[in-house]
Amino acid sequence: MKTLVIASHNNATLSPVTLAAVSAALKIGASFDIFVAGKGCAAVAEEAAKVDGVSAVLVADHDALAYQGAENLAATLQANAEGYSHIVAPATSVMKDALPRLAALLGVGQISDITGVNGEAEFVRPIYAGNAIATVTSSDAVKVITVRTSAFDAAPTGAGTGAITAVDNAVDCGLSRVVSEEIAQSERPELASASIVVSGGRGVGSEENFALIEKLADRLNAALGASRAAVDAGFIGNDHQVGQTGKIVAPDLYVAVGISGAIQHLAGMQGSKVIVAINKDPDAPIYEVADYGLVGDLHDLVPELEAKLASVL
Amino acid sequence: MKILVPVKRVIDYNVKVRIKQDGSDVDLSNTKMSINPFCEIAVEEALRLREAGTASEVIAVCIGPKIVKEQILAALAMGADRAIRIDVEEQPEPLVIARLLAKVAEQEDAGLIMMGKQAIDSDNNQVGQMLAGIMGRPQGTFASVVKIEGDEALVTREVDGGLQTVALKLPAIVTADLRLNEPRFTKLPDIMKAKRKPIAETTAADLGVEVTSTQQQLSVAAPATRQAGIKVASVDELVDKLKNEAKVI
Repeated sequence: MKTLVIASHNNATLSPVTLAAVSAALKIGASFDIFVAGKGCAAVAEEAAKVDGVSAVLVADHDALAYQGAENLAATLQANAEGYSHIVAPATSVMKDALPRLAALLGVGQISDITGVNGEAEFVRPIYAGNAIATVTSSDAVKVITVRTSAFDAAPTGAGTGAITAVDNAVDCGLSRVVSEEIAQSERPELASASIVVSGGRGVGSEENFALIEKLADRLNAALGASRAAVDAGFIGNDHQVGQTGKIVAPDLYVAVGISGAIQHLAGMQGSKVIVAINKDPDAPIYEVADYGLVGDLHDLVPELEAKLASVL
Repeated sequence: MKILVPVKRVIDYNVKVRIKQDGSDVDLSNTKMSINPFCEIAVEEALRLREAGTASEVIAVCIGPKIVKEQILAALAMGADRAIRIDVEEQPEPLVIARLLAKVAEQEDAGLIMMGKQAIDSDNNQVGQMLAGIMGRPQGTFASVVKIEGDEALVTREVDGGLQTVALKLPAIVTADLRLNEPRFTKLPDIMKAKRKPIAETTAADLGVEVTSTQQQLSVAAPATRQAGIKVASVDELVDKLKNEAKVI
């Protein structure tokens, strides 16, 4: 029994969500390798080799894997899957795209977005937008799994001595190509792994007003989140959306500003340790999950909070 | 070009989910059921491509017992030209669904398979990717814009860091995200018209697909509920609580 963990990265650095997937892998069994697929990703492989307990790091460095597109990534992983009982990846957009394709190529099912491991064949996962929690088993010879990274702590890293091996069987399917990318560059922490998240909703009112939310986020060194309503209204980009179909977060502190609390949004953040809600409607559903609620006009309260935090932080 | 649009019958997205007393599953008895919202967006996109002259025909396909005719009629009322129902007693696993859809897509020679990115019941987000893998076709998942140019589909995808546009060689599989479009409302005459549109029926055996199962749901539980906390009266009190009680700042 051996698990292959697929690394999440941008060809330069290993994303910390990979370590959450390693944690899930360690609950399945002790033995694991890490697969790095990319282009010019040697530094990522070096980082992966330092993850505590990793046996080997397999690196497929190829033009066809520059964007880790599903067609080439799944085919490359298929070519390297032999000998593994489990293939585990963090549930990032890249892996959600590629892993089901890999499962189909291997002729097996996939267990999506697990939040718990009860042994090598039994897993826990939310269904119905987190309104029900299912325990499922799989009898597939290879278990292909994506991991809800907010549900697992980061595995320790730094003491690993994994052997880095290049594989030369990357596959170029020639089925698709990337035309363009608009990837937001930000100095702020990554939404999926930040310890504090500040999110704005429809109540923020405009793209300009979102600057208030950003200022508060920066004061707390927090990642910036948003509700679907705020993204749909064009206040902020889709990459900030928290919720059932956006990103799932579970920070130490989640500050929801001008967010009413639709169940689809709650599904993305109710695992947070402490939730603060600021809303002008005292009956908003967000208060049913908030540890601390502050009722009032966010346009006054948010700058005041930002200013007062400045004096205590 | 024909567009195949799979649609799934799921709990209506406004309905509160109940768990069965015995903890075996979600209780769907006497529950309002609808087309999965992402499938509805996929139907809408297919119709727009047909209305723009890019596609010639929109075919809805639904897997399930007779009752799923309700969702088939909803897709036909939106404007799909015809439908196919694959008769099965219970919802198969995603891999089997993908195998069934692959057979239908081959039979129909579909140029594009436009489908929802995930169903709001099982939240798997698998079938489109599996279907593309089985058929050896390109995939454009989490689509927020779809354009057909020549023999390619240009798909703008919502990815973790922002947006990515890919060019896919047709035939291709595209899965719809929420911001792809706003589905139209159907009018009464459309619903009447839908009843006269053809619905072909087939089975897994006819399609040569074995309905296997490798996953089992052992139990379903309600999630841990959060207790509502307190309302604080001022920003000062909030800062104090965060610092001294919750100790998160």
